[in-house]
Amino acid sequence: MSETQATTVNETNYLNASSTLRSWLLTVDHKRIGILYLVTLTGFLLIGGIAAGLIRLELINASGRFFSHETYNKIFTAHGVVMIFFFLLPSIPAVFGNFLIPIMIGARDLAFPRLNLASWYIFVIGGVFGLSALVLGGVDTGWTFYTPYSSTYANSHVILTALGIFVAGFSSILTGINFIVTIHKMRAPGMTWFRLPLFVWAHYATSIVIVLGTPVIAITILLVACERLFHLGIFDPALGGDPVLFQHLFWFYSHPAVYIMVLPGMGVMSELIAAFSRKRIFGYTVVAMSSMAIAIIGFFVWGHHMFVSSQSIYAGLVFSFLSFLVAIPSAVKVFNWTATLYKGSISFKTPMVYALGFIGLFTVGGLTGLFLATAAVDVHVHDTYFVVAHFHYVMIGGAMMEFLGALHFWWPKMIGKMYPERVSRAGSILLFIAFNLTFFPQFILGYMGMPRRYHVYPPEFQLLHRMSSLGAGLLFISFAVVFGSLLWSLVKGKKAPANPWPAKGLEWETSSPPPTFNFDRIPEVTEEAYAYETLFGDEPGPTS
Amino acid sequence: MAYTGQHVTSIRTYVTVFLCLMALTALTVWVAFMDLGFMNTIVAMTIAVIKALLVVLIFMHLKDNPKVLWIAAGGAAVWLAIMMSFTLADYLTRPASYLGGW
Repeated sequence: MSETQATTVNETNYLNASSTLRSWLLTVDHKRIGILYLVTLTGFLLIGGIAAGLIRLELINASGRFFSHETYNKIFTAHGVVMIFFFLLPSIPAVFGNFLIPIMIGARDLAFPRLNLASWYIFVIGGVFGLSALVLGGVDTGWTFYTPYSSTYANSHVILTALGIFVAGFSSILTGINFIVTIHKMRAPGMTWFRLPLFVWAHYATSIVIVLGTPVIAITILLVACERLFHLGIFDPALGGDPVLFQHLFWFYSHPAVYIMVLPGMGVMSELIAAFSRKRIFGYTVVAMSSMAIAIIGFFVWGHHMFVSSQSIYAGLVFSFLSFLVAIPSAVKVFNWTATLYKGSISFKTPMVYALGFIGLFTVGGLTGLFLATAAVDVHVHDTYFVVAHFHYVMIGGAMMEFLGALHFWWPKMIGKMYPERVSRAGSILLFIAFNLTFFPQFILGYMGMPRRYHVYPPEFQLLHRMSSLGAGLLFISFAVVFGSLLWSLVKGKKAPANPWPAKGLEWETSSPPPTFNFDRIPEVTEEAYAYETLFGDEPGPTS
Repeated sequence: MAYTGQHVTSIRTYVTVFLCLMALTALTVWVAFMDLGFMNTIVAMTIAVIKALLVVLIFMHLKDNPKVLWIAAGGAAVWLAIMMSFTLADYLTRPASYLGGW
């Protein structure tokens, strides 16, 4: 890909350059900060996962046998808050964006390395606030913090949790600014905008959403705190406020937040599909622009969360139409990935299993989103398990599958060790099956009328709930296999070559793991992204 | 003006802008005690926008910065307009019975 081969033969790399705790905690190396995020986020994933397990345990029985109503409310809130604000939102950008964007564009680091480290510390401080609230007794508002319950009536640790989210939001904003500036200013010679890997395009679009949206949720949370502490009449009707105003402000950020979670995953998809089909991505420009379209149109759809919240019929119609519109660029991506597979030389390595799983699961999640964008259908299924299943297909089927796909694809690059292919692939297939067993029954439950956030339910729903809980158990086992095999590879894994798959991209032209400053010499880019014919000749099939 | 990376704004300008902001704040309070009918919100918002422009252009140095930062700041303003206009698309089209004379 580069004119001057940037490969480094030096054995010193970013992992073994220094090994003291201080060198890790004060590092400004984007790769080490990516690893710090990986460790931190895995911890939050575990906590959120345990909460999910407790929810599914409780729902095995229709009578709500294990927990009180209050405790159940706190458990599902903990699950939502931790998974969304402390795992999914930062997941791919903070770990893989941090690690890969500078290398992919041929830079030595992000534009603001110290700001990058500060982002991690700010995230950790936010996380400590969030966890403190959990330890001190939890919060029972649901992750959506709807007013006036959250601002007036809830007796749990609303402010502490809100403070955690507020602080973690600043971490996101700083990371977003860092990515935008880096992509604008630090591309290597020859790395034009339309030679950027689609992973970078997706992170550029995501960063714009983060920077424009996150301040709104921060201010909204601050207003809730002001109403709780000083009784300012903002959201509480008794004080002259309006509870639906909270929903407008909350969803103005929180719907685009879905794209913060899934857009980076879509960027990962493009890398995986091209690498394991050994082909150029079909319709590069359209896929890149569809990321931007999703980022922008994603800001126009928030009212579809409020069809039954006294929003006007007119506004409902407008938001319904716009919600249909955002499906178009998402579908463009899915069709382009599928077209990339056509006549490709496909290999079913573990990351590709996650990528193919993503196509199916995200399609189900996206299409059921169209059901929910249809105002008349939404009135029937609003706040039911249909919605729960829909967003888990997008969040877990989409964002989580791609987090794991990315983790396996770039694990050899990040750690310098190969994961055990057969065990990891078995884990990924089990995860796909377990995921569907967990969440598909929830579509049926929701359509039959099972409301979300209830732990006591009619006995006729028990069979489907038990299927879902069985799936959750299997999900735990599959996660144990997946992470267990990665941990095993840390110790016993074979040493990874610079380009094990082989794949195109500057990150594969430096050693595994990369040296501290990524390249001995800044590479000069002379070809487009995904020029797989230069690796394999024209064998795999026609290019787009 | 070419961008040099250096912003030199005199203390005198800062003090003048600060005094303008204080005067406009006093004006906001004074106007709040008058009933101008439908003009109440319009007058208050106009004063607020002038104050925000003073802060952004002079205190935050946007006046002397390259156009790409104008695009960034303009983007933020457009997004704020999107948020407010779509929210109002709900409030202004609700049946009067929902709003209780809003």
